[in-house]
Amino acid sequence: MADSPVVTVHDRPNSYIGRSVPRPNVQRLLHGRGTFTDDIKLPRMVHAAYLRSPFAHADIKSINADAAKAAPGVAGVFTGKEIAELCEPWVGVLSHLEGMRSPPQYPMAIDRARWQGEPVVAVVAETRAQAEDAVELVEVDWAELPAACDMTAALDADAPVIHEEYGNNLCWERIVDEGDVDAAFDQAAVVVEDEFTFGRHTGVTLEPRAIISSWDPSEEQLTVYMSTQGPHMLQAIFAKHFGLEEHRVRVICKDVGGAFGIKVHTYGDEIATAALTMLLKRPVKFIPDRMESFTADIHARHHTIKARMAVAEDGKILAIDFDDLTGIGPYSMYPRSSGIEINQVLNLTGGPYTIENYRARGRVVFQNKPLMCQYRAVGHPIATAMQEALVDHAAQALGMDVVEIREKNLVPDDAYPTKSITGMPFDKLSHHAAKDKLLGMVDYAGLRADQEKARESGIYRGIGFACMIEVTSPSPMFYGVGGAPISAQDGVTLRLDAKGNLIVASGVTEQGQGAEAVLSQVAATAVGVTPDKIKIITGDTEITPYGGGTWASRGTGIAGEAAAQAGHALRDQVLEVAGIMLQSEPRKLDIRDNAVVDADTGNERISLAEVGRVVYYRADTLPKDYQSELIATRHHVPKKFPFAFTNGIHCSHVEVDVDTGVVKLLNYWVVEDCGTVINPLLVEEQVRGGVIQGIGGALYEECLYSDEGQLLNGNLADYLVPMAAEMPDIQVGHVTSPNSDSELGAKGAGEGGTGGAPAAILNAVNDALLPLGARLTVNPMTPERVLRALGKTE
Amino acid sequence: MKPAPFNYAKPSSVDEAISLLDGDATLLAGGQSLVATLNMRLSAPDLLVDINGLEELSGISVDGGTVRIGALTRHRELERSEVIAAQAPLIAEAVPLIAHPAIRNRGTVGGSIAFADPAAELPACLLALDGAVEIAGSGGRRKVGAGEFFRGLYDTALEDGELITAIEVPAAAGNQRFAVEEVARRHGDYGMAGVMASVTVNGETVEAARLVYIAAGGTPMLAEGAGAALAGNAIDEASIGAAQSALEGDLDPFDDMNSTAATKLHLARVMTERALKRIAGA
Repeated sequence: MADSPVVTVHDRPNSYIGRSVPRPNVQRLLHGRGTFTDDIKLPRMVHAAYLRSPFAHADIKSINADAAKAAPGVAGVFTGKEIAELCEPWVGVLSHLEGMRSPPQYPMAIDRARWQGEPVVAVVAETRAQAEDAVELVEVDWAELPAACDMTAALDADAPVIHEEYGNNLCWERIVDEGDVDAAFDQAAVVVEDEFTFGRHTGVTLEPRAIISSWDPSEEQLTVYMSTQGPHMLQAIFAKHFGLEEHRVRVICKDVGGAFGIKVHTYGDEIATAALTMLLKRPVKFIPDRMESFTADIHARHHTIKARMAVAEDGKILAIDFDDLTGIGPYSMYPRSSGIEINQVLNLTGGPYTIENYRARGRVVFQNKPLMCQYRAVGHPIATAMQEALVDHAAQALGMDVVEIREKNLVPDDAYPTKSITGMPFDKLSHHAAKDKLLGMVDYAGLRADQEKARESGIYRGIGFACMIEVTSPSPMFYGVGGAPISAQDGVTLRLDAKGNLIVASGVTEQGQGAEAVLSQVAATAVGVTPDKIKIITGDTEITPYGGGTWASRGTGIAGEAAAQAGHALRDQVLEVAGIMLQSEPRKLDIRDNAVVDADTGNERISLAEVGRVVYYRADTLPKDYQSELIATRHHVPKKFPFAFTNGIHCSHVEVDVDTGVVKLLNYWVVEDCGTVINPLLVEEQVRGGVIQGIGGALYEECLYSDEGQLLNGNLADYLVPMAAEMPDIQVGHVTSPNSDSELGAKGAGEGGTGGAPAAILNAVNDALLPLGARLTVNPMTPERVLRALGKTE
Repeated sequence: MKPAPFNYAKPSSVDEAISLLDGDATLLAGGQSLVATLNMRLSAPDLLVDINGLEELSGISVDGGTVRIGALTRHRELERSEVIAAQAPLIAEAVPLIAHPAIRNRGTVGGSIAFADPAAELPACLLALDGAVEIAGSGGRRKVGAGEFFRGLYDTALEDGELITAIEVPAAAGNQRFAVEEVARRHGDYGMAGVMASVTVNGETVEAARLVYIAAGGTPMLAEGAGAALAGNAIDEASIGAAQSALEGDLDPFDDMNSTAATKLHLARVMTERALKRIAGA
C-alpha cells in the first residue's frame, strides 16, 4: 500500500481510501455461506401465509375460518380484527409536509379491503405449504365496491371516495411559486410544453422481504430477524405499536439480498407476523412469495405531469412551470410517508441550472392500488427526465445543440455555495467539470457524424444527455423533523482486541452494496491496520450503535465519517498507551500495518498485538494511575447542509428500430461527483447497477392493471426487469468535490444512476426519432409506444 | 407459491404412463410451464406422472426423408444437434429464441407441442414444416398432422389419457429456404410477433410458401393468403407487399399486455419482409 500513487487527500502510509479494496463479505457470499433471513430456522418455528384481498375495493361481510383451523398442520388462523387488538394502528404522515392526511392503517384489513393484495387473514402452520393449503379453505364473504384505481380519475367528483371522512381522494397538495413565472413566459422567445407519464413500477429485490418474529413471554422480549435497511427504525416501530419498551425489541438483520428502498417501510404483513408470535408463543416465519411481493411491496414512480419551459433566444432558461400528479394507493406509507417522492420532484427539478422563475404544483392522490413509497432515487428520475426532456425540446425549438444549451444554463462551478430556486442549499457541485470530463470520454462529434451517415441507410441512432443532482446523506431535515423515528445520525464503535484485531460495529446495514467494505477501508486507514485484521458487525440493534441504517445514499457519507472519527479516537488511545510503554511522546509515533512505528522513520516499535496483550493481560506493568481504553464510539450527523447534494451527467447512445419500436442500447457514459471516492470499484458498480435500474424504468418495468385494479403482470415472466443481454457497456468517470461537512469529504453514490438514466435514454430515443417527427414523453418506452409515436400503429 | 398437495408416480414405460393417466393426472416432462402453474395454484392435479427417464421418448433420428424427434428431447439437444442443423434448419434457427439456456436444458419438445402456446416457437416450426405428432394412448398409437393438431388456444387434438411420443418433420430439401424472424421485448421472452418461414423455390420462383406466425391468433397461424400471394412469383417488393397485405385476412391476433392486435399485425408484416428478404438473399 505504501507504494501506491497518491489518490486522495487522505493518502498516508496505510491508506485504503480511494482504492478498490475487495469487499470483506464477498468470499462468504460466493461460497454460499451467506445467512439470509430465510436460512434461519428457530426451534418450534411455524410459518405464516396470508389470504389477501382479491379485489381492489371490497367490504368483508364475514370470514369463516373453521375449515382452515382444522386443516393439517395449522397452528392458528387470525383475522385483521384479532391482530388489531394487539397492535396500535399507524398514520403515515410527516408533520413538515403541511396538510398531508392519511387515516389510521391497521396491519390487516378489518371490515374493508382497499387494494388487491391487502392482507386479510393470517394462517400459521407447521410448513408454508400447509399454511397455503389452509388459506384456500378460508371463506370470505366479499361485497365488491366501486374502486378508484385510475389516479387521474380518482379526483373526479364522481370517483368513489376511499376514506369517506375526507370527502375526496386528495392526500396532499404542495405548491411552489418563485419569481415571476407569468412574466417570464410572456418574455420567452420559445415556450415548449410536454405531458409526461411515468409508469408505476416496483423494486423487485432478488431476495424478497423476509421476517422471523419470536416472542419470549418470560422476558417480554420480541426478537425479530428481518431483511431490512433500518433495524433501529423497525425496533422503534415494533416497540411503539406493540406498547413495548425499545430495549425489549431486538431487530437482527443478517445478509440482505437487495433492498432498493423496498425494505425500509412498515408492512402490515410484517407487523402482523410479530403479532402472530405473541398470540402463538412460537417463532413465526413469513417470507412473501414473488406473487405476493408484486402486490404487497411498495410500488413507485407513477406520475403524470404537464410541464412547460420558457427559454430566451440565446438559450437561457427563463422559467419552468409544471403540474405533477401521483397516485399512492389507499394510505400514505408509514413512517416515511408517500409524499416525499413528489416533494423531491418539486424540490429537485431544474436543480442543475440557474433558474429564476419556477412554479410547480404537486398532488398526491389516494387510489385502490398497492401503496407507493420511496424506491431508489426517490423522485429523481421523474424530476430529471421532465427537466432534461424540456431542455432538449427547447434546444430543438431554438435550433441549438443539446450540449450547448446545457453549457449556457448549468450553474457555474465557481458559484458555490449557492441555493436552488426551490431553496435547496448546495455545498459544492461541479456540473461544468463533469460535463467536460464526459465530453472527453464520449466522441460526441463522431457520434453525430455516425448518426448522420446511418440515417442514410434507414438506421436511426440517437444521443441523449442528462444533467442531474442527487440527494445523499440527509440531515434530520428529511424525516426526523417530520416526527418519524428515523435517525439521521449514525454511529461506529471500534474496539481493538487482545491480538490487535479491530472489531467494527455500525448502525448502517449491508444490503449487498458494500457498506461493510467502506467501513473497513475507513477504519483501517484511520487506525493504521490492514483490512484482514478487521471484523465488521452490522444489523443488530442490541450490539451496534444507534443509527438510521441504509437509505438515501447515507452509509458512506455518514457512517463512513463516524468510522473515521472513531478511528482517530482509537488511534489516539493506542498511541497514548504505546507512548507509555515505549517512553515516547505519542505524537512521535504512528500506526502502520498493524504496528506502532516511529512517525519519522516508519521503524516498527511495537506491534498492535503486543499493545493488546499488555493492556488486556498485563495491565500490572502499566503505571498504577493510568487506565487504558481500546474502544471508541463516534457518531456523525450532517449539520452544515440538509443534504449532501451530488451531481452527475449521463450520456446514452441508442439505436431505434423504427419498424419494430425496439430500442437498442449501444453505449452509456456517466460522470458523477460523489466527493471523496472511498472505493472506486464499489462506486462504479453502484452507478452501473443504478443505471440498469433506471433502464428498467425507461424501457421495461411497469405494473399493469386492469380497470378494476387487478395486477395483470405480477410475475417475472410478464413484469420485465432489465436483463444482461440488453444492457450496454456503462463507462464511469469521476469528478471529486469533497463534502465540506466532514473530514472524509465523501457523499453518497447509490442512486444517481437510477435518477439519470431514464432522462438520458428518453432524450436519446427522441434524438433518434427527430427526423421522423416522433416524440415520446412516456416511460417505459415500450415498442408499442414507440410505434405509436411513429404513427405505425393505433 | 407452494403447489397444492399431489400424488406422484414415475412410470418405467410409456404403456405404464398411459395407464396412470386415468383420472385427474397430469404429465410432468420438463416442467417449465407446468411447475409454474402448480406453484401458482392455477392447476392442482391429483397425480403427477413423471415421464422423465423414459428412454424410448428421447432422441433424434432420421429415417428416409423424415426427422423424428422424441417427445422428451430437450430444447438444448435440438440446439446442439448436427442432425437438426442439417436436416431441420428452421428448428435449429428457432430454438435459441426459446427462453434461456437453463430453461432449454429442461424444457422438452413434447411439452412445448402439447402445451401449444400460440407464442411458442416449436409449435410454429412444426406447422411451418407441415410435420406430424405421434400420439400414444390406451387405444393404441396414432399420428396427427400439425394442421389438425393445433385446434385453439392451448387446445390440441390430444385426448384425455394420451401422450405425445414424438414429432416428425420432413428433412429439408435442397430447394427449400428457411428463415425465422421474431421480435421480443427482451432476449428469451415470448415473441410479440414472429414468423417461421419455409419456402420451396424453383430457381427464383416460389413454388410454395408456408409462413407460420406466433402470437398472431389462438394457435400457431399458417398464413395461407400470404403463401398464395408468393406462390408463382419471385420474392420481390411486389410479392412481399402482397404477402404483407394478405396477413390481415390470415392472422387473428388479439391484444395482450405488450401490444395491441394492430401492433401485432404491423409487426407480423415487418417480420414477413425481413424473413423473405433473407430468403431471397440466400
